[in-house]
Amino acid sequence: MRRIKLPPWLVLLLPAIIVLMAVVLLPLILSLYSSFTAYRLTRPDSLYRWVGTYNYEKALTDAKFWAAFGRTVLLLTIALNTEMLLGLGLALLVSKVTRGQRTLRTMMMFPMMFSPILVGFQFKFIFNDNVGLVNNALQSLGLTEQAIPWLVDGKLAMFSIIFAEVWTSTSVFAILILAGLYAIPKDPLEAAKVDGCTSWQTFRHITLPFIMPFIYIAMAIRSLDVARAYDIVQIMTNGGPARRTELIWTLIGRTGYVDAKMGYANAMGYTSIFLAIFFTVYFFRKLTTARNELGMGG
Amino acid sequence: MDENRSHRLQANALKIAHLLTLFVAMMIICTPGLWIVLNSFRPTVEIMAKPPVWIPNELNLDHYRAMFGGIGEGGVPVLTYFRNSLIISVTSTIIALLVGMAGGYAFARYRFRGKSAIFIGLMVTRAVPGVALSLPLFIVYARIGIIDTHFGMIITYVAMNVPFTVWLIDGFFRQVPKELAEAAEIDGCTRWQAFWKVEFPVAKAGIASAGIFAFLTSWNEYALASQLTRSVTSKTMPVGLLDFTSEFTLNWGGMCALAVLMIIPALILTFLVQKHLIAGLTFGGVKG
Repeated sequence: MRRIKLPPWLVLLLPAIIVLMAVVLLPLILSLYSSFTAYRLTRPDSLYRWVGTYNYEKALTDAKFWAAFGRTVLLLTIALNTEMLLGLGLALLVSKVTRGQRTLRTMMMFPMMFSPILVGFQFKFIFNDNVGLVNNALQSLGLTEQAIPWLVDGKLAMFSIIFAEVWTSTSVFAILILAGLYAIPKDPLEAAKVDGCTSWQTFRHITLPFIMPFIYIAMAIRSLDVARAYDIVQIMTNGGPARRTELIWTLIGRTGYVDAKMGYANAMGYTSIFLAIFFTVYFFRKLTTARNELGMGG
Repeated sequence: MDENRSHRLQANALKIAHLLTLFVAMMIICTPGLWIVLNSFRPTVEIMAKPPVWIPNELNLDHYRAMFGGIGEGGVPVLTYFRNSLIISVTSTIIALLVGMAGGYAFARYRFRGKSAIFIGLMVTRAVPGVALSLPLFIVYARIGIIDTHFGMIITYVAMNVPFTVWLIDGFFRQVPKELAEAAEIDGCTRWQAFWKVEFPVAKAGIASAGIFAFLTSWNEYALASQLTRSVTSKTMPVGLLDFTSEFTLNWGGMCALAVLMIIPALILTFLVQKHLIAGLTFGGVKG
């Protein structure tokens, strides 16, 4: 028997590929299959009842599903843009400071260490209408007589969730953009000053193009875990009140485990997977182009 | 001279506005965490007080004592959760690093067909949301009987962390000049020796930062753990946090104490490698 000799790169990559196959790919194939069946957790034999595309048709015509889908896209758009702008602002503020930058940087990293579930719980506490920090402060300052039902009212609950989401992730942007600001060569900036550019022009035409790749790195990293919002929402409102903050991920979890309709939940899961893959590929593409523009590609 | 003075005034106003904005921003970042820490030391009566008590009358360790005292308040075995979390996170981080080092080295040093396709493929597996993955994983694990075990959680977290560690470590190995390893090989090292004696020490800082990320991800993960762990034999701390909630009431003080316990290891680790963390993310990403 001849031993087959594999190329070294394949040998090195093999462990990674095997683990990912076993834990990610295989279950995904299973869930693809089960999304075509009427699988219910409570009745294992239903795994073999083929129903064709029934689950997908049901999902695509389900108003609840589309509401959750739209809300998820809305949340991601608002949150990511706000995070980017605030992160940029914060990085610029910190970079202008002359003393104590190290301390400020350390403080900025604080929210990154928090588990998303902890963030959810923490803001559930802070926005609690009875004992929460926000209402206590507002009432003590005499700004409002009644307790504001932050997590009970639909619109306010959405705001609270976005606030929590932005609080955790702004620092990712701020830190990466700050690193970008440090890496900008000084010459073009000085040349611009000599040529009489206003500070806005300098920012728009020199600083911004330079830090763009860093913004895309932050976006790429964030896009890998957009579903972190699941933990936060799950704890803060659990999709309530009356499904006003139901995101696609909480809807999947509820359908799969609470209603035990695994097949249907997996069908919806696939749409969320495509959403995530779209975000990831999009930002990794952007990252590559931005890199090449700056001549950093390899 | 008048013009000069107004100019200086303007500059000063700008400086004050800058510092003020920065101060408010830092307040917003730090307050929620400090609020949690403060409340973990306050008796429940004071947390629930209406009108609110702003200046604490007494601080004590009651919540911590209850948490560590045997079975804990309301029967939450916090110490067991802590041990589970530690075992699962540390083991999966070490394995993820080894697998990631092999993979990252392959990407950085070898040229082969379909390289970028494999790379994107790896990244995409990381983007699969935990909830969507937890349903099929739950079925598979239940079938082969590794649900609610350390092993099941460890292998899950290894898979979650491998793509990102490969990405970061790849970036670091690229920074190590190829000539360095080649010189060592000419001097009579095998490729294996050249790796451990030359390339590994140079990229060590970067690998450490990849490790921190892997550790933090496993330490903080909830969506998968909440479904794949069922009892005290494998429940991790993020899942354990929910033990403090019941249908209508929440034990805020106890939760805050557990939250502090969860943050401390993450905090220590992050401060230890803070510098490399930023360098790792940016240079791994930009040049990688």
